[in-house]
Amino acid sequence: MGAIAEWVFHLLVFPGVLFSVTLGLVLVWLERKVTALVQWRKGPPLAQPFWDVVKLFGKETILPADSVPRAFLAMPLVAFAGAGVAASLVWLPLLGLAERPVGDLIVVLYLLAMPSLALILGASASGNPLAAIGASRDVKLLLGYELPFVAALLVAAFQVRDVDGAQVSAGTLSLEGILAFQQQVGSVLARPSGLLAFLAAIICVQAKLGRVPFDVAEAETEIGEGALLEYGGVGLGLFKLAHALQLATLPALLVLVFWGGLTATVWGVLAFAGKVLAIVVVVVLVENTNPRVRIDQALRFFWGPVALVALVALLAARLGY
Amino acid sequence: MLTKSIFTRALKRSPWVFHVGTSGCNNCDIEIADCLTPRFDVERFGIKLVGSPRHADVMLISGPVSRACREVLQQAWLDMPQPRLAVMVGVCACSMGAYKDAYSVSGPPDKVLREVDPDARFVYVPGCPPKPETIVMGIVKLLGSL
Repeated sequence: MGAIAEWVFHLLVFPGVLFSVTLGLVLVWLERKVTALVQWRKGPPLAQPFWDVVKLFGKETILPADSVPRAFLAMPLVAFAGAGVAASLVWLPLLGLAERPVGDLIVVLYLLAMPSLALILGASASGNPLAAIGASRDVKLLLGYELPFVAALLVAAFQVRDVDGAQVSAGTLSLEGILAFQQQVGSVLARPSGLLAFLAAIICVQAKLGRVPFDVAEAETEIGEGALLEYGGVGLGLFKLAHALQLATLPALLVLVFWGGLTATVWGVLAFAGKVLAIVVVVVLVENTNPRVRIDQALRFFWGPVALVALVALLAARLGY
Repeated sequence: MLTKSIFTRALKRSPWVFHVGTSGCNNCDIEIADCLTPRFDVERFGIKLVGSPRHADVMLISGPVSRACREVLQQAWLDMPQPRLAVMVGVCACSMGAYKDAYSVSGPPDKVLREVDPDARFVYVPGCPPKPETIVMGIVKLLGSL
């Protein structure tokens, strides 16, 4: 009974849903604030994302006339649940809270794809033609960035390092194993292969978060918020929360896999926070200095240069670079 | 009562606006876009321009309602989830202005909206065009009436 209560606590409170949502909303604020500063504006107050979500939860839920009600209503919950479990699976090993390994890279990758998949299904169920365009673009984008993202993350598992003349590699997909390997030999990022993979992964994170230049699925000036178009009220609020959870999870995952994770000292925590903030700020700056690409350009970009870089990094990691 | 008050407070802090141009002369539309510029920066107050009426709390209406726009405006209004509010931007949206008695228009937006929603709540922002400060003040007064 105690173990189950502990699991529920980890999943729902710390470091799962409650903690990650709070962190994610703060990061959403940071994103909007940095955007405002880039545009010489003052920007919203810190509590703004919180009030947005509270307001959305107080609004009416409207079922579009052509929708499939059950799928339309269930998908925001699926997105939120997937992102919440992913958040707790990434943060548990980072904080060293779990007594035994809880999940590996494969589970986390699948769970991180859940919000996109749910959005695709929800948009298709809404019966709106513009939402259908958004959903179809999201499918293509998902196909585009998953391959280089997986290849880039595998670098951490396969990187061969030279320790006292012996060739060692993490050789595991568990997040704890990758963390332990990095504590032994230094961060994956320190080697050329790790750096290449990190660059490829950060571009994929940009697309995973649906940020410019890869916001084709939610292009508000062109298809009116696309896949999210028919969602209002609670459904939209849950998708916003799922997005906040992803924003709290993906930078932490990158730091865990490539950048040495979190050590339990004051400097360790500060360095970790600095790394997460640096990744978020890079994503926001890229967002603010680039135009939107078309979906065919995005797909060509991910299957061309980005996949190439990620695969070269994988090969180089195997060869010891 | 407590939950209602927290949702109302949240609505006051994050009014998302959806802009409908009901065939005005485009003058007010440009002033609405001005509100988003760094000089006025309405995001400070949580006001955000959204692309779908489903996401919106406040509808900004500029221009008299032409016959072609009538049903579109009514449908967009019903697409907004409750609670929903509207701001009539400019003298044409308030009282038809220069378009009064024109053959192509079918009435001021407040009457058109009341046909489908008798409880619709508005605020009127006159001017040709109103200044961005005036538009922001209109939204503030509307939210203050909640």
